[in-house]
This record gives sequence, C-alpha cells and structure tokens, in this order.
Amino acid sequence: MTSENYSVQIKNLDLAFGAVKVLRNLNLDIGEGEFLVLLGSSGCGKSTLLNCIAGLLEPTDGQIWIKGQNVTWEEPSKRGIGMVFQSYALYPQMTVQGNLAFGLKNARVPKDEIAKRIARAAGVLQIEPLLQRKPGALSGGQRQRVAIGRALVRDVDVFLFDEPLSNLDAKLRADLRVEIKRLHEQLQNTMIYVTHDQIEAMTLADRIAIMKGGNIMQLGTPDEIYNQPQNLYVADFIGSPSMNFIEGQFEKGAFRKGDLNLPLTGYAFAAPQTADRPATIGIRPEHVVTGELVANAPIKIDVQVDLVEPMGSDTLVWAKVAGQDFRIRMDGQARVRTRDSLQIGIDPSRSSLFDTKTEARL
Amino acid sequence: MAESGTLATVVATDAARDDLNGPRGARPKRALSRTNIMVYGTLIIVAIYYALPLYVMIVTSLKGMPEIRMGNIFSPPMEITFQPWVKAWSQACTGINCDGLSRGFFNSVRILIPSVIISIAVASVNGYALSMWKFKGSEAFFTILMIGAFIPYQVMLYPIVILLREAGLYGSISGLVLVHVAFGMPINTLLFRNYFSSFPEELFKAARVDGAGFWAIFFRIILPMSLPIFVVALIIQVTGIWNDFLFGVTYISSPDRYPMTVQLNNIVNSVQGVKEYNVNMAATLLTGLVPLFIYFVSGKLFVRGIAAGAVKG
Repeated sequence: MTSENYSVQIKNLDLAFGAVKVLRNLNLDIGEGEFLVLLGSSGCGKSTLLNCIAGLLEPTDGQIWIKGQNVTWEEPSKRGIGMVFQSYALYPQMTVQGNLAFGLKNARVPKDEIAKRIARAAGVLQIEPLLQRKPGALSGGQRQRVAIGRALVRDVDVFLFDEPLSNLDAKLRADLRVEIKRLHEQLQNTMIYVTHDQIEAMTLADRIAIMKGGNIMQLGTPDEIYNQPQNLYVADFIGSPSMNFIEGQFEKGAFRKGDLNLPLTGYAFAAPQTADRPATIGIRPEHVVTGELVANAPIKIDVQVDLVEPMGSDTLVWAKVAGQDFRIRMDGQARVRTRDSLQIGIDPSRSSLFDTKTEARL
Repeated sequence: MAESGTLATVVATDAARDDLNGPRGARPKRALSRTNIMVYGTLIIVAIYYALPLYVMIVTSLKGMPEIRMGNIFSPPMEITFQPWVKAWSQACTGINCDGLSRGFFNSVRILIPSVIISIAVASVNGYALSMWKFKGSEAFFTILMIGAFIPYQVMLYPIVILLREAGLYGSISGLVLVHVAFGMPINTLLFRNYFSSFPEELFKAARVDGAGFWAIFFRIILPMSLPIFVVALIIQVTGIWNDFLFGVTYISSPDRYPMTVQLNNIVNSVQGVKEYNVNMAATLLTGLVPLFIYFVSGKLFVRGIAAGAVKG
C-alpha cells in the first residue's frame, strides 16, 4: 500500500532519553478514520509515542508520516493534529471562548471564521452556555469537553487523546467515554487514544495496540485481543478478573499438569504441527461454566470453593485446579459458599495456550 | 407510621444523650495552658525586641535637641516637632551639598527603576527558557548562574571596577544599574524558574499544539498566571537595590550621584558640629520608607508568591 491510504504512519521510530530506550524500532500504520487505542501500564511508552506523533518530543530515529506527508521535523501546530490532555490544560486566565480561539488566532484565521467554528464546536459539544466562563468555574467533565473543543475548532485530521478521562470520577468517565465514541462516529476523524484503562480501550477502539517496554505486544481489534491474545502479557493484561494460568506440559495434543488432563480438541493452533513442550494454558474466569451448562462442556472438573467474592452483578469464586488458584466468574445471584463442592465445565476451544519459554501463543 | 417511628427514635436518642456520663464531645481547651504561655510569651518578647528600636527612632525624630539632651530616650516627646524631618529631607549637609537627603532620594530612584525593570524582565525570560524550553546544556548554564549567587561580593568588587572603567561606565549611574542587574540575575532566575516549573507541562504542550511560539506562550499564557512571583521579584529587587550601600559607594564616583543610603551614612557620620540625633533618626526613617511602602502594598501577594515559588523546585 502507498502512504496515501494511511492517516498516520510510524516508521522505525526510536526514542531514547539518554541511555534509556523508551521506544524501540516501532512501526505502526493507522488507517483513515480509524480509532486506535494505545494501551499499556504506566511507563510502557504509550504517552511518549503520542507526544512523538504530536511533535512535542523529538524522536532519536525514524519517521512520522501524517496524511502522506513526512512530518518528522514539522512543528506540532503544522501537523494537522489536535491534542486533548489528561489535566485538560486549559489556559486558566482565558474564557472558554478564548481557549477555543487561541489556536485559531495564532494561525491568523479571520475573525468571522473563528466565530463560526467556535459556534459549531460549542454546538457539537453542548458547551454554548459556558463560552464566557473561565475554566476555574467549570466542572471536570465540562473542562474536558472544552479541551476536546479546542482540538475540534482547529479542523484537524488527527485527534490525539492522552488519557483524557483519567482525572474524572467513574460515572463521568463512563458518560464522556460514550460521548467520545459518538463524536468519532459523527466526525469520522482518525483518533489516537492513550489509556491504561482496558474498558476504555475495548469500548472505544477499532484497533488496540498493547504496549510494553516501548514495543507493541499485539495490535488487533478488541475481539482479537480478547479472544486470541498473542502472548502471555496480553492475555494477562486484558480481562478483569484476569485470566487463570496453569503452567504444565503440552503433550500429544493435550495439556497436562499432574492429574489434570485437558485434551485440546477444537483448539485453533497457530501452527498445525505443534511439538510437545512446556506450556501454559490460560482460561478466562468468565469462560468457565457451572450448573446445568456443565453437561454440554467438553471438560468437567470437580473443585472445592475456597473463597467467594460477591460483586453484585457477578460472583467471583476462588477454587483450586491442579493445585493452583483458579477464578470462576458466576452469576451475581449464585448462592455459593466457602467449602461447597462445585462442578465446573471448560471449553478448550475458548482457552489460550502459550509456550512457557517464549510466552507466545501456540 | 414510618415518620412517627423516626421521630420517636430521634427523641429517644436525645434523651439517651442527656444520660451520657463522663467526657462528651470536643475536649475543652484552656486559654492559659502551658503551651499557650510559652508560645505567646516568646512571640511577645521577640516582638518587643524588634519594635523597641523603631519606637525609639520615631520618638527621637519627633523631639527637639534640648529634649534629647535630657537623656530619657524612651519617653514620648513632650513637644512634637517635625523640624528634624524637614531638615533631614532638605537641609542636612553632606560634604559641600546642603540640600538634605532629597538629592540622594532622586539618585536612588534613578538607579532603582531601570535596575528593577531590566533585571526582572531578563530574569523572567531566563527562568521561562530554563524551565520550559530546556536546551542542550541548559542545566549546566543554570548551575553556572547559581554558582554566581554564592560567590561573595567582596571578591568581585575590584574586578568590576576594572570592567566598568574599561567599558567607560565607571562612576556613572548606568554602570551601577548594570551591576545591580547582573547581581540580581541568579536569585531572580531561580525564583522564576521554580515558579514556572510548577505550571503543568501539559499547558505548555497544549499551547505549542495551538501554534504558539516562544514569545506568544510567554506573554499570553505564562505572564497572566505569574503576578505573585513578579511581585516577589519586585520586592526582593526594590528592597535589595534600595538598601544597597556597598555597590553605591564603590561604583559611584561623585557625591552628586550617591544613592540615598550612602548619603544617609554621610549625614549620620559627619564629624563637624553637634550630633543631631533627631535629624539622623528622621533621615534613617526616610530612607527606609520605600521598602516599607512596598511591603505594605504587596504583602499578601508576597506571601502567596513565596509559598508558591520558593518552596518547590
């Protein structure tokens, strides 16, 4: 494909602060109108990458292309990007209107055009009544809306979000998340969104890039990331409560650990002829069935309940499988008690098998 | 039913509360506890220690010489006279000039205004560049600047005389202004740098994405947020430069151009005639009025700025 088909391209990007390499030979192609989420725990380089795309950090090596233009050496304001920050970063001494107009004034946009664009953005974000207020007089959600507006008025090709919802309380975060999704559907702009919150990533993204130590561990749709994690890190990172892992042996098409023997019938192997080796099986707590459903499950195991964590909508049950802690997600109405015995059912086709040594999916 | 039930509970609780024995609620505090006596006692003694000399000065400056000669320096004036103040301002003699402190006052103003404006303008831009536009070697540059703040003035006194002489500025007011600007640079740069470093970095990034450059960010984003620290710098510079004696006496060559402090010294230490204590006291108070005025006008902002700028960093 030629560069014109992509909105943003990262080519062999390296970034080091002194001796510390933050990004290593990173490549990433982001399609036109795509919503890409950079997901990872703190220090994985996701914000650094976003700052590089914005032009706020200079890469040590490599290129950044936006809309078919090499913008590696371009000023942030000339890249056709708008950025929304975690701390909102509104100019405290200016009114909302002044905040929205600041970038346009710097770009010497004519006055009537500025007014038109502010009116449109204010309409989209429903902040018209706030235009004459100072940021100090706004709530967190309103501030973040204004911050989005500041990117919106500049008519940019690419929106960059740097953990925009992390400073908001849980309820507001959920509301604004939906608004951002709606905004993307309405505008159809390319959006790159950095977060450490997997719910935000799963709900918003067309594709997710999971980062660790300056590398992309997996790039894929939320569905792929959830159902076919390509390595142990991604499998462990995504999902809450997190995946159960059992370390054992892969032998003759089955997973074994002590008494446990899981024939992997129906499992989609990455390579057709997979040799025997030490392996780790991952089973999501929500993919374990109980009660009447066990009858249809390919594998049935009897366990004893160690601990019960009721969470309202679900009940998390702790038990031991092959001598290891094992989490089972049951219905919120499940009446289970400690030391109850329980039969659980596992479907190997929904599990994930990893090479213990390379941590890659088998 | 439910309501009456609730009401009954409330009444019952109130009744139960009256029955509580022993300590209840907030613990009572005694006004004359040992701690209070210690704290307030110390504060009062220290306050007297500082206020007493001021009192003596004011009282003496309002007395006539005959009354001073009677010797009781703490007694209030029997007859208030402003003659010493008038004399100190416009008639006291230093060397050949007999026009009082007024000449020194205007010299000091002519030194003060350009020194303060230039030093604050340059230091604020320095601090801004060092905190937000870090360049290669900016930390080294800052360290060098800081070392400058720790070298004793005396060491540099004579080299600067030579520098000023070579530049043709020795003895002039502009030469002294240059010296004040240079010596105010380290502390003020530190002050501004620390204050600007407390601003969120994202604000600066947002402005860059919005297309603002070095000066646009400085004037339109940073300056409007920095009034307190400018007031702090203003106070430090005004009091420092106004109270300066050493540089004034060293780098000004003619008594016609001496700043107020040097002239005050000359009045107080003049050996001819009788010691006019009342005039000396009035002259000293007059010289101290400018810093005092600045403190009163900007005290609140000063505290705010010091708290925000000096602690962090």
